[in-house]
Amino acid sequence: MRTFLAFIKKEFKHIFRDKRTLLILFGMPIIQVLLFGFAITTEIKDGKMAILDLAKNRMSQQYISKITSSGYFILKENLKNYSEIEKSFKRGSIKIALVIPEKFAENLGNTNSSVVQVIADASDPNMATMLTSYLSGITNSFAIEKRLVPEVPIKIESKMLYNPENKSVFMFVPGVMTIILMLVSAMMTSITVAREKEIGTMEILLVSPLKPAIIIIGKVLPYLVLSLINAFTILMLGFLVFGMPMEGSRILLFLEILLFIVTSLSLGILISTIAQSQQTAMMMSLMGLMLPTILLSGFIFPIESMPRILQILSNVIPAKWFIIIIKSIMLKGVGIRVVWKETLILAGTSLLFILMTIKKFKIRME
Amino acid sequence: MNKVIEVENLTRTFGHFKAVDNISFNVEKGEIFGFLGANGAGKTTAIKMLTGILEPTSGKGKVAGFDIITERNKLKYKIGYMSQKFSLYEDLTLKENIGFYGGIYGLRKREIAERTKKMIARLQLGDIENTLIAEIPLGWKQKIAFSVATLHHPDIVFLDEPTSGVDPITRRQFWDLIYQAADEGITVFVTTHYMDEAEYCDRISMMVRGKIAAMGTLDELLHKHAAKDMDEVFLKLARQ
Amino acid sequence: MLRTVRHIITKEFKQIFRNKTMVGLIFGMPVIQLLIFSYTANFEVKEINIFIENRDNSPASVEFIHKIEASNYFTLTNVATYNDGLKLMEQNNVDVILSIPQNFGKNINLGKPTNIAVVTDAINGLKAGIIQNYLQNVVLRFSKEKITSKVKLEKMPGIEINNHNWYNPTLDYKVFMVPGILVMLITMTSLFLSAMNIVREKEIGTIEQLNVTPIRKWEFILGKLMPFVLLGIAEFTLGLLIAFFWFRTPIEGSIVMLYLFTIVYLILVLGIGTFISTVTETQQQAMFIAWFFSVIFILMSGLFTPIESMPVWAQRIADFNPIKYYIDVIRLVMLKGSTFVNVSKQFTIIVIYAVVLNVLAILNYRKTSG
Repeated sequence: MRTFLAFIKKEFKHIFRDKRTLLILFGMPIIQVLLFGFAITTEIKDGKMAILDLAKNRMSQQYISKITSSGYFILKENLKNYSEIEKSFKRGSIKIALVIPEKFAENLGNTNSSVVQVIADASDPNMATMLTSYLSGITNSFAIEKRLVPEVPIKIESKMLYNPENKSVFMFVPGVMTIILMLVSAMMTSITVAREKEIGTMEILLVSPLKPAIIIIGKVLPYLVLSLINAFTILMLGFLVFGMPMEGSRILLFLEILLFIVTSLSLGILISTIAQSQQTAMMMSLMGLMLPTILLSGFIFPIESMPRILQILSNVIPAKWFIIIIKSIMLKGVGIRVVWKETLILAGTSLLFILMTIKKFKIRME
Repeated sequence: MNKVIEVENLTRTFGHFKAVDNISFNVEKGEIFGFLGANGAGKTTAIKMLTGILEPTSGKGKVAGFDIITERNKLKYKIGYMSQKFSLYEDLTLKENIGFYGGIYGLRKREIAERTKKMIARLQLGDIENTLIAEIPLGWKQKIAFSVATLHHPDIVFLDEPTSGVDPITRRQFWDLIYQAADEGITVFVTTHYMDEAEYCDRISMMVRGKIAAMGTLDELLHKHAAKDMDEVFLKLARQ
Repeated sequence: MLRTVRHIITKEFKQIFRNKTMVGLIFGMPVIQLLIFSYTANFEVKEINIFIENRDNSPASVEFIHKIEASNYFTLTNVATYNDGLKLMEQNNVDVILSIPQNFGKNINLGKPTNIAVVTDAINGLKAGIIQNYLQNVVLRFSKEKITSKVKLEKMPGIEINNHNWYNPTLDYKVFMVPGILVMLITMTSLFLSAMNIVREKEIGTIEQLNVTPIRKWEFILGKLMPFVLLGIAEFTLGLLIAFFWFRTPIEGSIVMLYLFTIVYLILVLGIGTFISTVTETQQQAMFIAWFFSVIFILMSGLFTPIESMPVWAQRIADFNPIKYYIDVIRLVMLKGSTFVNVSKQFTIIVIYAVVLNVLAILNYRKTSG
């Protein structure tokens, strides 16, 4: 036990000696959560718009002011003719253009309707569809207001469950936490072990009376602590700064976080048994782990929209399951009865990684 | 003009610490000048100033006829340098390393090829031109590093603890190389903390706590301090 | 003194290509990632699981449900009660619940207003918004039909919207993401490689030897940069070929201009990398700092999320983000065929950045210590 403690002490000293890395390890989650919470949003608003008003009548002016006061659009340019539309798009200064025809909304009486042209920059399809649909919503209610059309009899009474204010930070906090835990646990462990291999100290450890399992535990324990501190920081930020709810059981949440850290650590160890140098370990964890974790986990992009083959592939990304678990517990307040399947998958994955590591290790010793 | 190094009142401080404290000395052309001292006596700081990679706090100096403060870049063509840290690229072959360093000093391809051939013959290394440095034994590497450092025929070569961590036989062979270089007219400025290596030098200076405590030939120093070897001289000086 | 630079370049190339694993990572990884991730980056919402509670069972309500089904966005889930629906939502098996009230059909026929209740899982706010939108459209279309059939009009009067989607009429998200992901991959590879480069020479000690040679600072930095500029261009070419032949991404603008911007941008990124390299002591440190900044730069670049939607202060910060301008230009030139005049502002900014950062890197690389 005493040798084990001495060993762990050494590992902690290694980590705390490098102040800059430490600063990044602790600063990173804070900055990322704050950025995601305050600055980055998938919501579309303030769409830059150009209007070509050929009518210039009272109706068209009221129509324009209805659009600009909606909050969804910013009027960037008042155009004089059609050819200016393309120029503005090519400069990238607008995202959508609206052309109001001559005699707009005059003589609408019977079957006549005024046709407005909406041209969206669809090089960003999400932006284009959203802006077009905002605009059609505004146009519709304008027409109803001005009694140009009979009122629609069906009204939707909407209720947003779990996230009534529609904050994107509720999506991002679990995502950022997942990425940080992955980074600290998998990447850092794989690099430190690869480093010991590189400078040859791993051999010395292996011939020491410590059992290989103890060595591995000693190596990962400090990172487990670091990861827990990071998870706690992120949760507190989400909780205090962004008003994230904490509906479910805290103990269950803690256990699930612990489980995911174990999964990541075992993955890191597995990588380090494969990679021979620090550089390779870094590139492997960075390129091979970070991007899939960001893109295939449902953190930013919905998995349902991906091609079938990638949906299947996403099942092997532990982060996907962890994000589901975290959201379910924190936002929906469900218990283990609902997330047992995901929990089991994470536990199974960890076990698999550990078995693979042991096997790799044995081959090397023989 | 036979002085390759002329130094006057050279001083370098780091904060309040005087690493090199007002030293003055000259080195003649073709000399093997031993720069002795314990670890931390200021040898490396002095060498860094003489090779133009560290600016003196005060004082002045000339190496190979160029001012060490104002004519650094011209100076660098005239000097060679080999540090205690290994300086060849492990992931390049011998030939590629030579090609690179030779190229930096502006040698032509033909010159490089010629000198490489000569060098390999002199070191009796056989057919290793296309071997990665990583695969060459340590003792050889040190000799190769020295040869590469003198490839561009500098006026003077600075060797910073070139033999530390090397076995006695290799050390002896290494000194043979140094003699050969001196015979060809290259001045050698060598630092070491092996006091016994002092006897290989034409002249010795002994640094203690940033100052030059003694300077002269081996016999002069032994006589002056009534000592039987350099170790004793060193101990006497260090106690002062 | 270009001969000196050439010697450094030759040496760097030899070192890069000697390590076969790294060569594989430098070229293989980005290609695989471009191929895979271009498919993942997609905000489109499909296969929405909807549970409809029909408390009316009139012909009108059945017709309404058919309309929802026919829109192709929704998949109906069959459960008995509203509470079952809520439970399924807890388990992520239902995204939205719609409840049709009693007398729905009767009210419609009488032209009386009627309310339908919609409950959406809003954890993913974007998705929830889109679901709302889809439903709203179905409702609009349905009610318009009802009104026109009642008052026996052929067409509904009012304001009609005739919408066009320029530059990407099929609304293919890949068209938008492929150039963006290409930019991200080039940025990351170049940044990481250059950030670790000089540090590596520090770690193995060869930098000391180089410091006493007559190499000048700018020769050294230039010699170090050039191989990575060339690697970056090779990678960009590879990516462009994949974009064009595999993803059929249009390249409307001038290819010469794409390369011109890419070269300047690469010099800029390598300047950042080299700067990092001069202020760190180990490769691990360099890697972390590079990672830290690339995450922030990429997230705030408009690559995945629109810059316009960020708060004003964040947009001002993003104005300092060089990646933003490059992504902007690549998308403008590739997808819209913008000309040099259109993007001259971005070009000026990238050039200024490239110069400033490289001068900083050169100044900060000290051949003389202390």
